[in-house]
Amino acid sequence: MKRKIILQRGQDPDLFMHEFEIEGGPGMVVLDAIHQIQAEDAPDLAVRWNCKAGKCGSCSAEVNGMPKLLCMTRLSDYDEKEPLIVKPMKTFPIIKDLVTDVSWNYEVNKKILPYQHPETDDPRMLQEDVDRVQEFRKCIECYLCQDVCHVLRDSEMKEEYIGPRYLVRNAMLEMHPLDQGNRLKDLKDRDGIGLCNITKGCTEVCPEGITITDNAIIPLKERVVDEYYDPLVWVWKKLTGKSD
Amino acid sequence: MTEGVRGEGGILLNNKNERFMFNYIPEAFAAETAKSEKEANDWLAGVEGAMRPPELLTRDVVAKAIMKEVEAGRGSPHGGVFLDIANRRDPDYIKKKLPSMYHQFKELGDLDITNEPMEVGPTVHYMMGGIKVDAETSSSTIEGMYAAGESAAGLHGANRLGGNSLSDLLVFGNISGYSAANYAANSEERTLHKGVIEEAIEETLKSFDNNNTENPYKMHAELQDIMEKHVGIVREEKSLDEGIKKLENMEKRLENLKTTGGREYNPSWHLCLDLKNMVITSLAVAKAAKERKESRGGHTRLDYPEYDPELEKLNIIIRKGPEGINVVKSEKNEMPEDLSNYVAKEAV
Repeated sequence: MKRKIILQRGQDPDLFMHEFEIEGGPGMVVLDAIHQIQAEDAPDLAVRWNCKAGKCGSCSAEVNGMPKLLCMTRLSDYDEKEPLIVKPMKTFPIIKDLVTDVSWNYEVNKKILPYQHPETDDPRMLQEDVDRVQEFRKCIECYLCQDVCHVLRDSEMKEEYIGPRYLVRNAMLEMHPLDQGNRLKDLKDRDGIGLCNITKGCTEVCPEGITITDNAIIPLKERVVDEYYDPLVWVWKKLTGKSD
Repeated sequence: MTEGVRGEGGILLNNKNERFMFNYIPEAFAAETAKSEKEANDWLAGVEGAMRPPELLTRDVVAKAIMKEVEAGRGSPHGGVFLDIANRRDPDYIKKKLPSMYHQFKELGDLDITNEPMEVGPTVHYMMGGIKVDAETSSSTIEGMYAAGESAAGLHGANRLGGNSLSDLLVFGNISGYSAANYAANSEERTLHKGVIEEAIEETLKSFDNNNTENPYKMHAELQDIMEKHVGIVREEKSLDEGIKKLENMEKRLENLKTTGGREYNPSWHLCLDLKNMVITSLAVAKAAKERKESRGGHTRLDYPEYDPELEKLNIIIRKGPEGINVVKSEKNEMPEDLSNYVAKEAV
């Protein structure tokens, strides 16, 4: 069955839409279609991919406007009469065709205080405490949540806000049963946690199904509020002279 | 498909709904494998003294058993067999223990593995051969080059077992990293002769020649077909020879590989460069497979189905020679005593 696929190609500022026709088959995903296009029509078409199983987080792009992993998006989920439109992630600079430069994320990551191990010979954890952070460890760093987040995408506030992926990492560390670090001041002053207004787009696009907003961001917001904006705590600190 | 499904109690069935692995237990493993379904179930339940289910035999044994079932007409609709975990564990357990498998089958195959069996077939699982390295430092025979993991040879013998790849990476990745850093810190700065660099650049850019015509993607697919057909899971001399001939013909076509487009992020260029190495590696695998006239671990020869005790003492080493690839047989080093004490004497 023939299918039309329109890809955004080129490098800034020379971007153009390029239409292809492919031969669809049962079980085909968008990445298969793009590989077919490479082999048949456009050998220099740039696309980043590795595992083809939704686990490496490399093939992030936008299919009909939705952030998706190309390897996990089936052609059969879309109307065969309509052309499929595939574009690179909008939030990051384009390197070429569908490939974007996501290195900003790595720089943000370096700033986060890593896991701080306690001084103990018996680092035991309760299973229920482990279960709580397990969800956050599923992240494959595909950056679809960063792509969809309107603070990063539309407002371009990359200097002020670290984005959902790194709030998830902060949540994983802050809720870790053994970790001794405190990241609340960084979250408030440097990482811009207040900029998230709970649109939940990140949760919607996460291919690993992590409940980013409800389980990571909101609990962190609450911790920051408790620490810095609770009037009782504020009065207590004034009276006792204790800070942080 | 991860071996974990079988580890969690998944069983293999043919199209007659028979648990066929009980018919394929090699003598060498008989003592440590369950004799009956009851014993296999006991093992899963943690009953002391019960032996492992036959589904957990090594991958080469399972792969060959599946092939035989398919050949005998007892395969699944797509030429494999059925792997069933749905009737063995409750859905919540499966989702918790095998989350990625559940997710992948659901998303890509419309199949709920907590509800129905999967169709599975054997494939190549690991490259046991690789770059010859020193065990203590991971250094190759080329000064300053280090290798670890699947690119290095020798650690896993004739068959890598489940879980051993990750531990290999952690241990030998660490060792080779330290070795390389140590080497770099203790070497003097070197400069390359300008001519050598220019030659390398020229070689790298060859595929940009406008007169070239070979599509690298087509050649890659062709290479995959040759290797699957002639150097796959089950091998024999005649077919290996045909495969080697095809690979040698392909080698001649490498000069004609064509890159389309410019130099920035161009996958067709990368593939042109990769293909040269892929053909060399494929030839090395095929020629070594031809030379090893026995069946051992992941290497199965239909024309030599048994172990050869003489070949057990040898490694087959591929070197670059003036006329292409040289195949050399080399005595294996004796295993140091502190290690050999850990290895069961009857191990195969």
